[in-house]
Amino acid sequence: MAHSENLTPEQAHKAAVKRILTVTGILAGVTALEFAMAFTMPAGMGRNMIFVLMTFVKAFYIVAEFMHLRYEVKVLVLSIILPCVFLVWLVVALLLEGAY
Amino acid sequence: MSTVAVPKKRSVWDGGVSPMNVSYGKLMMWFFLLSDAFTFSGLLITYGLLRYSHPSYEGDHSQFTFSTAYWPIPEKVFAAVPFFEGVHLPLVFVGIMTFILILSSVTMVLAVEAGHRMDQKDVEKWMLWTILGGIAFLSCQAWEWTHFIHGEPPGTLMPDGTVFMGANLKQNQYGPPAFADLFFFITGFHGFHVFSGVLLNIIIFYQVATGVMHRRGHYEMVEKVGLYWHFVDLVWVFVFTFFYLI
Repeated sequence: MAHSENLTPEQAHKAAVKRILTVTGILAGVTALEFAMAFTMPAGMGRNMIFVLMTFVKAFYIVAEFMHLRYEVKVLVLSIILPCVFLVWLVVALLLEGAY
Repeated sequence: MSTVAVPKKRSVWDGGVSPMNVSYGKLMMWFFLLSDAFTFSGLLITYGLLRYSHPSYEGDHSQFTFSTAYWPIPEKVFAAVPFFEGVHLPLVFVGIMTFILILSSVTMVLAVEAGHRMDQKDVEKWMLWTILGGIAFLSCQAWEWTHFIHGEPPGTLMPDGTVFMGANLKQNQYGPPAFADLFFFITGFHGFHVFSGVLLNIIIFYQVATGVMHRRGHYEMVEKVGLYWHFVDLVWVFVFTFFYLI
C-alpha cells in the first residue's frame, strides 16, 4: 500500500491487515449499536437522525478505507464526491417543497 | 539569435501523464459506481417520498396491526427468522444479512491486499470467502422474499373486503401496495447487483486460480471487482437504514 514506504514488506502487510481489522471493528460496532438502539430507544425523529448520521459514518469508512478513496489523488476524490451535491440538492428540495 | 523555446509551466492536464494517477479501467469503474449511486439514491428518495405521502401509524407501538390504511412499521414486517417460524424476532435476520455482507467486504479487501503482495494463494483464499459470503447473502434474501411473498396468517382485510395473506405487486398484507412494490424493487435491484458481483468475482477468481493475473504481473482486476463489491456493501448500508431501521 502507498502509505508504507519505510516498512519491510512483512511489516507493511501486518500494518495493512491491522488497519482492515480496525475498520471492520468500527463497521461491526456501529451496526451493533444501531441494532441495540432500534430496541432500546423510542422511535422518533431524533432516533432517525442518529441512524442517518451513523449510516454516513459507515459509508465514510467503506468508501475511504475499503474502496481506498482517501489515498487517491485529490482531483479523483473531488470528482467522485462533488457530484453527490446534486443528491443533497434533491433531498433538500423535496424536504422543503415536497408537500405542495 | 537562436530560437530556444522558453519552457512553459506544464500542468498535469497537458498530456503525457495520468492526472488522476489511476488506470483507465479503475477510473471508469469509479464513474460507473457514481452513476449507480445516483440510481440507488433515486430509488431510496422515491421510497421516502412515497412513504411520507401515505399516512403513518399513529398509536401505541405495541398495539400495531397491519392495515392498508397506513404505512407499516418496518420492524413489525421483518421479524421472521428461518427455523424460528412464528417467533417474533424483529430485524434479527436482516442484521445477520448485514453482517454477512460486511464480512464479505472485509475478505475482499484482504484479497486486494494479498494481490499487492503478489500472493496468489492468499488472493484465491480470500476471493473464495468473498464469493461464499455473496452466495450466503443471496440465499438469505431468497428466504426473506419467499417469506414476504407467502406471508403469515391470519392475513389482512383488504379494501375490497377480502382477506389477503402475503404480498404481490398489486396488494399485500403489510400495508399500502407501494410498500411491497418498493420492497421488491429496491431489495431486488440491490440483490441483482449482489448477483452480478458474485458472477464477476467468480470470473476473476477463475483467472486468478489459472495464473492469468500472476503472468500479467499485477492483480488490478481484483481491485476493480473489489470496488464494485464494496459499493454493493455500501448500498446495503443505506438500504438497511432507510428501509429497515427508520
